[in-house]
Amino acid sequence: MADATRPLPSLSDPDTGPFWQATKEHELRYQVCDDCDEVVFYPRRHCGPCLGSPVSWRTSKGEGEIYSYSVVQLSRHPFFGTKVPYAVALIDLDEGFRMLSNVVGVEDPVAELSVGQRVVVEWEDHDEVAIPLFRPA
Amino acid sequence: MASQSRDAAIVGIYELPERKVDGLSPLQIKAECAAKALADAGLDWSDIDAIYDAQDGGGGLNVAEYFGLHPRVMDTTQVGGSSYEFHAAHARADIAAGRANVALLTYGSTQASSARRTGTEVRAGGGVPDPGANMEAPWGQTLISMYAMAAHRHMHEYGTTSEQLAEIATATRAHAMRNPQAVKAMEDLLFLNIRETTIEDVVTSRMIANPLHLLDCCMVSDGGGAVVIASPEVARGCAKPPVWIIGAGEAMAYQENGGDITTSAGAQSAPIAFGESGVRPDEIDIAMVYDSFTITVLILLEDLGFCAKGEGGAWVEGGRLRWDRAGGPALNTDGGGLSSNHPGMRGIFLLLEAARQLRGESTAQVDGAALAVAHGNGGQLAGRHSGATIVLARD
Repeated sequence: MADATRPLPSLSDPDTGPFWQATKEHELRYQVCDDCDEVVFYPRRHCGPCLGSPVSWRTSKGEGEIYSYSVVQLSRHPFFGTKVPYAVALIDLDEGFRMLSNVVGVEDPVAELSVGQRVVVEWEDHDEVAIPLFRPA
Repeated sequence: MASQSRDAAIVGIYELPERKVDGLSPLQIKAECAAKALADAGLDWSDIDAIYDAQDGGGGLNVAEYFGLHPRVMDTTQVGGSSYEFHAAHARADIAAGRANVALLTYGSTQASSARRTGTEVRAGGGVPDPGANMEAPWGQTLISMYAMAAHRHMHEYGTTSEQLAEIATATRAHAMRNPQAVKAMEDLLFLNIRETTIEDVVTSRMIANPLHLLDCCMVSDGGGAVVIASPEVARGCAKPPVWIIGAGEAMAYQENGGDITTSAGAQSAPIAFGESGVRPDEIDIAMVYDSFTITVLILLEDLGFCAKGEGGAWVEGGRLRWDRAGGPALNTDGGGLSSNHPGMRGIFLLLEAARQLRGESTAQVDGAALAVAHGNGGQLAGRHSGATIVLARD
């Protein structure tokens, strides 16, 4: 039996599918409203404040900081249960959008991570998609 | 106070005593609780003309059929644990508008018996595509770690400590130890060390998702309850004194780019509710505040206006929230979700215990309790969530 794997997103969701399709090329994409220049994230068909306005895709440099985080010590998931302790974090990207991710590349996430810490994206490749993760810059 | 409206009152209440239910379905629990809440009010099934239902346990479309009723108002608002505060707000409005006279709210859950691991499951998407969930599925976020992020940010911005969060857990445990149903709940759910806890107990309990420890987290129990809300004309003829709904506010909040996860939907709903009621937070005797986690209460106390944003940590120190202390409202005097019951959506119990206090029926009764607030939080703090604030007064 294959080992449990990370749950993967849908590539066909009408709003967020294009985000995930671009990850195959290691592109971290976000949207900007064509009318008001607001950053739109999570991705969707329209800008919230300007309901109905079109949005354009941009590619992030993948650099930002930890807005907040938690180190999960107990998880019942067949994959994540084997990964504890692991850090989930809200990352504020420098372009102005905030996304959930994991912070990896540290031996002891409790001791080594902090709010405000600078991080940079790295990619975990799967067949159809790559998952953006972050490590300390 | 002169302009305060008293358009609807809680007139009947019932809470299922059991937290580990053997063989009953959620719908059966809802019906049993409804019958007993009606008896508490001195009303009959035939008096009900409005049903409010959070679609729990097979409710929603079939709840009227199961009860054998033909209501004039049917409201199936489902916003997680806050659903019942939304229902109370809607029932009051429907009664004030003359659309209904007697409203029934019910809840039934077998969450513990069905072995749901609510807090530590990973929400891994699947089912109907949801753009928000599709941006959260891959990273192993658990419900508890979501709240933990709010706690970490609060600590970072305001210097809040784990010991300050523990004040909330120790106050509610002290209240639980006075409530035989809560003590029985902890026994049935195999709690260790069923006694009053210390700050030290909380901060040295097992870490679940930093910075939240085991004793910062609510239990997972079965449970159920019912609330009957009626017009002033009906309320005057009921068996128990009315508990008036004098203010109500509703709000939604969600993750936003650059947003502040240390502020909840309550910051929007509370001023509306207090504004309608004509009373101030510092006049409140009883604070029934959704305690999924200690951090939930800390943030909600700030958003309800008991203290300024960021000052909650220092404000709760020294046992301020205990039933027998002056200087602050008594918090969750039934023992709360932390130590009495949390079957998944705790909102109805906030209304139940607030009503018990204003009737003088609590096991941690505050002398002369006249004003209470019940604030429900649904969904996940730090992510998409709902909040509704209900201000209550006795005659």
